Amino acid sequence: MSKCKTSSEVGGMGHSVKRKEDARFIRGQGNYVDDVVRPGMVFMDIVRSPYAHAKIKSINTEKALAHPGVAAVITGETLKEYNLHMMPTLMSDTQMVLPIDKVCYQSQEVAAVIGTDRYAVADGIELVEVEYEPLPVVVDPFKATDPDAPIIRDDKEGQESNHIWHWEEGDKEATAEIFNNSDVVVKERIYIPRIHVASIETCGCVSEFDKATGQLTVWMTTQAPHAIRTVLALVAGHVGLQEDKIRVISPDIGGGFGGKVPVYPGYVIAIAASVVTGLPVKWIEDRRENLQADSFARDYHMDCEIAADKDGTLNGLRIKTLADNGYADAAANPSKYPAGMFSICTGSYDFKNAFVEVDGVYTNKPPGGVAYRCSFRVTEAVHAIERMVDMVADEIMMDAAELRMKNFIPKDAFPYHSPTGWEYDSGDYHAALQLAMDNIGYDKLLEEQKEKRERGEFMGIGICSFTEVVGAGPSKDFDILGIKMFDSSEIRIHPTGKAIARFGTKSQGQGHETTYAQIIAEELGIPYTDVSVEEGDTDTAPYGLGTYASRSTPTAGAAAAMACRKIKAKAKKIAAHLLETSEEDLEWEVGKFSVKGVPDKAVTIQDIAFAAYTNHPQGLEAGLEATHYYDPPNLTFPFGSYIAVVDIDSGTGEVKVRRFMAVDDCGNIINPMIVEGQIHGGLTQGLAPALFEEISYDEEGNMTGGSFMEYLVPTAVETPHWETDKTITPSPHHPIGAKGVGESPTVGAPPAIVNAVVDALSHLGVKHIDIPITPEKVWRAIHKKEVA
Amino acid sequence: MIAYKFDYKVANSIEEAFSMLSSAGDAGSFISGGHSLVPAMKLRLAEPETLIDISKIPGMSGVAIEDGFITIGGLVTHAEVASSYIIKESCPGLAECAGVIGDAQVRNKGTIGGNVAHADPGSDYPGALIAFGATICLSSSEGSREIAAENFFTGLFDTAKEQGEIVTAVKVPVASSSAYAKFPNPASRYAVVGVGVALNMENSTCQSIIIGVTGAADHAYRAKESESILNGSELEENNIEKAASAVSESKEMMNDLVASADYRTHLCGVMLKRAIAKAKYRS
Ligand SMILES: Cc1cc2nc3c(=O)[nH]c(=O)nc-3n(C[C@H](O)[C@H](O)[C@H](O)COP(=O)(O)OP(=O)(O)OC[C@H]3O[C@@H](n4cnc5c(N)ncnc54)[C@H](O)[C@@H]3O)c2cc1C
Repeated sequence: MSKCKTSSEVGGMGHSVKRKEDARFIRGQGNYVDDVVRPGMVFMDIVRSPYAHAKIKSINTEKALAHPGVAAVITGETLKEYNLHMMPTLMSDTQMVLPIDKVCYQSQEVAAVIGTDRYAVADGIELVEVEYEPLPVVVDPFKATDPDAPIIRDDKEGQESNHIWHWEEGDKEATAEIFNNSDVVVKERIYIPRIHVASIETCGCVSEFDKATGQLTVWMTTQAPHAIRTVLALVAGHVGLQEDKIRVISPDIGGGFGGKVPVYPGYVIAIAASVVTGLPVKWIEDRRENLQADSFARDYHMDCEIAADKDGTLNGLRIKTLADNGYADAAANPSKYPAGMFSICTGSYDFKNAFVEVDGVYTNKPPGGVAYRCSFRVTEAVHAIERMVDMVADEIMMDAAELRMKNFIPKDAFPYHSPTGWEYDSGDYHAALQLAMDNIGYDKLLEEQKEKRERGEFMGIGICSFTEVVGAGPSKDFDILGIKMFDSSEIRIHPTGKAIARFGTKSQGQGHETTYAQIIAEELGIPYTDVSVEEGDTDTAPYGLGTYASRSTPTAGAAAAMACRKIKAKAKKIAAHLLETSEEDLEWEVGKFSVKGVPDKAVTIQDIAFAAYTNHPQGLEAGLEATHYYDPPNLTFPFGSYIAVVDIDSGTGEVKVRRFMAVDDCGNIINPMIVEGQIHGGLTQGLAPALFEEISYDEEGNMTGGSFMEYLVPTAVETPHWETDKTITPSPHHPIGAKGVGESPTVGAPPAIVNAVVDALSHLGVKHIDIPITPEKVWRAIHKKEVA
Repeated sequence: MIAYKFDYKVANSIEEAFSMLSSAGDAGSFISGGHSLVPAMKLRLAEPETLIDISKIPGMSGVAIEDGFITIGGLVTHAEVASSYIIKESCPGLAECAGVIGDAQVRNKGTIGGNVAHADPGSDYPGALIAFGATICLSSSEGSREIAAENFFTGLFDTAKEQGEIVTAVKVPVASSSAYAKFPNPASRYAVVGVGVALNMENSTCQSIIIGVTGAADHAYRAKESESILNGSELEENNIEKAASAVSESKEMMNDLVASADYRTHLCGVMLKRAIAKAKYRS
């Protein structure tokens, strides 16, 4: 702790103080959406489609309405009267709220039943009789653009195929040239399957409309309450919901991971139901609805190629990707680019050139996707590059660490301009990998592997040296439906020197109530325990775009530092007044201004705060507060090197992660304990897709395995012991030199594990295995059987 | 995930359970640990109108040993079986089997009677009980009877138990050497394949072996082909390999998200080898 500027009582940056929010969480006293109870509240449940693509011939609500406790049934026709049956997606596509004539994916919302209690509406949805006429289904994205494929979005004018968009980045010709002039070209098709964030709290809301005042209050599981309020005002302004009459409250959230950024039809229906009835309406998804209908993540089919020289110089990278968007492009992607930050795929390496293209298609699957614990499409990009680098190493028979070291962007090349247009802020990739190798004993592991291989045992070592891109974003490149991706902090210092700070972001477990307070403690010297942090209520918090894409510290955290600096500037004036000296004669040390050379002549920030309300200088406004909207000049580029060691059971094909060394660099660290916690959680959520998770569909578009009996979200039982370490390379443009961290481990863990498994089997000729690496896939690889 | 409306009654004796069931008719169902029935009710796959809770009936709990037989009451939980000194000593393979069922919550609530009555194809006990030569004890208002485990499991969720019969106990002979090896479904923890082996070795020759297989086919079965390969052998590697490749008995293997039919066939062999190795070590 010697490096901390503040004492442990003040608890500024670098102190592993305990999380303030945990006092209520560990007592079971959090306040989640389902804890919200309003007088006269009614309940909503949703009828969902058993078909992936079908005409709706009729909906008969008679029996449902006759069921005791059922008050109303809402269909697409009901919403159409208010022109609320369709809504925009965050990518400016459109999406049904409730269908009028057809359904386009299994589990799609078909009608909603409102009633006096949960049980009545659960019975009610079974009594709604829907007559369907099944239509041909598009499941395989590669067949979506076949000439004879049925057009899924025939509701969209001019949409004559299932192709949505094409996007490319980089220099196609120059890259082709490099490929022609390199010694070796390595190719692979890599699939990153659909997965689900599977947050423990499902989605839901309580919507309350006061007919007398026209005020709408929505308690809602959302990571971006302000953006939601604006979107609601934009889509429902015509029915009288103007933005000043809408209050969105995001209470405690039990995990978001990107899945709580989108607007789901259920929210809109519940809001419509409360507006129509004037009653508070509660809607809470069950686990199956959450897994089967909410936005998925990933689903990228990537044809990757690297051109290299025999000596291991990486020259060019080319990736052609097919993105399966499902029924609508409802991606929660805050960038201007349809494939988000996918062009970060040149990763940590100094390629001469690269060319990336992505095509999006519609299929009869739930819409999405979300950036599951990663900035949009960074996980896919990192997977592609880190797998491919290993394939090059295998091809030219070079050690995977050596190849990386040879091609890393050197430390002195930052800020580094990548061939796909990014400006990396800072990095020291050699140091991170070297530290990981030293910590885990890389050379010893290679020896051990050699011995084991001779004995017929399968052991593998896998490396991933990732570069992340987080903190959306500079507003020139990042927005949600036109709303720029800045974020905000509003800080008020009370007369007794305590403070309240409000933010446009929204914690879902990240620990903002503690870390934001620590930033303020660092800047102003007010103990973190004296700073209350509030987020999530659009009536009180300053406008912001919410929490996802590891953006809270890069944006709102920066805003907090900047607001503190405004406060400090005013505090200095007051201090000069109190000390009867000029501002130039003052110097700041943690928590106080003193007269230069006379350290005894000092006033504390608490003294100054009191004076701001009781004895402020004439001509200066009273009070001590500031607001800052921070629009970052650039993204931040956290990085790290992970090394996984796996053992494979040759009988069953089971993979055991024996060791996992994660070296992360997220710049300056606010709370080391919280960062470590974020890394542990993220690594576990990286282990999950590597080995366990996949959402798949049969030929009829039926989801296979839509419950936790099939979909394995890892528990402590599956989780290996994580070993962590760090290097610190501050961001040069961030006010406190911090970068994001929450997503690095989710992004970096899967390729490390896959590389380790492939390494364990490489002597059998195995080059690649798609995730999730199930025991059966390994068994098939060992026995050279086709993947079923 | 909300069940249909139902009534709930508690039976304080076995006779009361029978009479409650007869007045409830076809829409009545016994409930014990509830760890198979309640999930099915929440998914609305089961819709009993009356639940008759048999878990308070006296005389169906506890583990006892007498005349070479262990008697396990129908209400005994998986956790109790896993930790019972009697069972650990006299049929360690059965304690081992109970210890790998589901997770701690499932083991604390689920009962042996409910498990065998439900006969999920992925249940663990059936494979172990067949191997260990167990007998299922049944009672109804008509009287009591006993059926060998080997003949009890007859199909997918199907057993020789008649509607209205209660599994009052399971009797297991003291085994010379027993073991259970399982490949769990990584998510649900049910058995993808589970193999129980009871082994009787004398002078390093296998005098007798019984093999029960669960998870692989639509119901648990006894793998007699493999048994005959191993009986009288010294359990040499080539014999074990032969037995391992025969253990699926050309039965139709199940095929699901976790394991295709041919991978399951392979797993049957691997689990057999692992169970034999453990049993041999214990003999
Ligand atoms: C998440 C999860 C994981 C699981 N994993 C496994 C696993 O790995 N291996 C495994 O073997 N099982 C597993 N199970 C099932 C578990 O072992 C159940 O407890 C067991 O199958 C049923 O026992 P019960 O006492 O809970 O029965 P209940 O759910 O109460 O009843 C099940 C059925 O049996 C009937 N019944 C109950 N008791 C009796 C009786 N004494 N006589 C006659 N009929 C009766 C009921 O009427 C009902 O039809 C799992 C369950 C869950 C929820």
